[in-house]
Amino acid sequence: MTMLQGFQIALHALRLNPLRSFLTMLGIVIGVASIVTVFAIGAGAQLRLQEQIRSIGANVLMITPGAVYQGGVRLKEGSKLTMTESDVQAILEQIPEIQAAAGSIAGTAQVIHESKNWNTTINGTTTGHFMVRDWQLASGRYFSATEEAGAGKVVVLGSTVARELFAPGADPIGAQVRIMKVPLEVVGVLDRKGPAQDDVAFVPLTTAKLRFLGSASNINRDSVAYIIAKVTADSQMAGARSEIENLLRQRHRILAGQEDDFKVQDPAAAMEAQQGAIRTVALLLVAIASVSLLVGGISIMNVMIVSVTERTREIGIRRALGGRMRDIRLQFLCEALVLCLLGGIIGVAGGVTLSMTVARMAGWITSIDGEAIGLALVFSIATGLTFGFYPAHKASKLSPIEALKTE
Amino acid sequence: MTGLLPLISLRSVCRTYRADGIAVTAVRNVSFDIDPGEILAVMGPSGSGKSTLMNMIGLLDLPSEGAIYLEGANVAELSEDRRSSLRARSIGFVFQSYNLLARHNAIENVALPLVYCGVGRKERLTRAEQSLEAVGMLHRASHFPRQLSGGEQQRVAIARALIASPLIVLADEPTGALDSRTGAEILALLAALNRSGQTIVMITHDPGIATQCRRTIRLHDGELVSDETPALVPAKRSVAP
Repeated sequence: MTMLQGFQIALHALRLNPLRSFLTMLGIVIGVASIVTVFAIGAGAQLRLQEQIRSIGANVLMITPGAVYQGGVRLKEGSKLTMTESDVQAILEQIPEIQAAAGSIAGTAQVIHESKNWNTTINGTTTGHFMVRDWQLASGRYFSATEEAGAGKVVVLGSTVARELFAPGADPIGAQVRIMKVPLEVVGVLDRKGPAQDDVAFVPLTTAKLRFLGSASNINRDSVAYIIAKVTADSQMAGARSEIENLLRQRHRILAGQEDDFKVQDPAAAMEAQQGAIRTVALLLVAIASVSLLVGGISIMNVMIVSVTERTREIGIRRALGGRMRDIRLQFLCEALVLCLLGGIIGVAGGVTLSMTVARMAGWITSIDGEAIGLALVFSIATGLTFGFYPAHKASKLSPIEALKTE
Repeated sequence: MTGLLPLISLRSVCRTYRADGIAVTAVRNVSFDIDPGEILAVMGPSGSGKSTLMNMIGLLDLPSEGAIYLEGANVAELSEDRRSSLRARSIGFVFQSYNLLARHNAIENVALPLVYCGVGRKERLTRAEQSLEAVGMLHRASHFPRQLSGGEQQRVAIARALIASPLIVLADEPTGALDSRTGAEILALLAALNRSGQTIVMITHDPGIATQCRRTIRLHDGELVSDETPALVPAKRSVAP
């Protein structure tokens, strides 16, 4: 008997009892579906983080305000803007490992173009910001020196904002948009960097301070909300970081033993740590899902054992008509395999549907890769072989004479 | 002896079972030959060892002592797999209770032994049709066993036994579950097959059936008590020592 004949006999036998066959494979279906879903959600979360890491740019340090004391009261981190544009200048000039740096302030506002409008983050910064983040233009240009110095009425749009305000195919460059009643000329549109990053509009730092954000916050004329700086090489990250800390302590006149009024962070490193945590959680969930695969396997074994007992006479007949022990074993192993494989396929379909539903309903990014599907199918085949072997072996060991005597 | 090699030779065959530590001898020192083309009845009361003998001739069981030769080969020296293959190719079983697979239709049942002979599906079905035709059951090919009468089921079972053109057909009480008229039809069918050259061994406890066979072997308590070939064929067969 060939493998193919084994599968044909198995399919025939399983079709005779569709409900039982379905219930038997249900455990595998649920196990495989949960593995695929967990994989998809885990991989999606990883992708999202990787995208964020990429969007920050390589070798970037971020300097944010720290907690400050004001007359003995310790204020919340970031409640006072402690960094200034001259800090940015000093970092750029005095630390050789720093390739580019930019100070920024940010707020949200409505951007209006003709009949369309869009609420987005307005980021006041300098061209250095794009250098630090390796952010290329899709069209147009960055800010000119004159615009940066003289609070030019210009704006560089993130791709999401450009898409929301302009009809497809229309060229935004040179068009007028309004932010807080101030008309601005679009001089550049940025490349896509990721859905979370592209929803932004950049204006020169001076423009933001003088025309929008200055009056609404505790920004004095020189201060910035945060600084980002690009280090020339990955190996110099630690050195650059401590040099920045020393420089800023000196400039902010912080005495030894006193707390810094700023924080230097390596956002990519923090996110990588987060990524590791996600991976661990995903693995844990896969392990839990595998338990249901195990339970499914046991239920298949149970049903197969019952089936062998029920079909003892059939086994006797097949043996008398020339079926070898291995033919009987193959027949029952094929049944277990078909159950598991069918369950696996239904499970993969269910898992893909489920993760797509999760993606739509919860707005999570999910990613289904062939590897996870392949792994799930291999798992279900392995389950079939493992839990199908014992009943099949038992069937093959039956004495044909005894088997023929059973009713 | 006819000069032809006997199809099957039994030499001092014993079969002892061990049940709960007690040895039970089902067949004791039985020797005889079966020649090609014979039709032979094995008779005896229940418990006389008929079925055990049948199982051994059908290669489902092996003798505890003595030897069985199939076309000169000692079957005990063959591997389990080889004996299975021989069952598929050389032996056709007909059972009292038909033993058709309930969930397969007649033609699939008939074709079943060919699955174990490695014959492809198309050829299996063609040959199954021919075999069904030979027993007059082609019109029932797609019927399931529960849709057939006892006599019809037994005809399908005979078609199945014949499909691989076996050396020998072993029929264990083939009419035991049938009414006398249908039983007679089945016997007539087997007799007709024998006339066309098929070797048949029939187990029965019905003397009426035995008289229709040219040769009758009687067993009692596992021992061969007589081996007779009635008047039709004059020469008395020798019983091997």
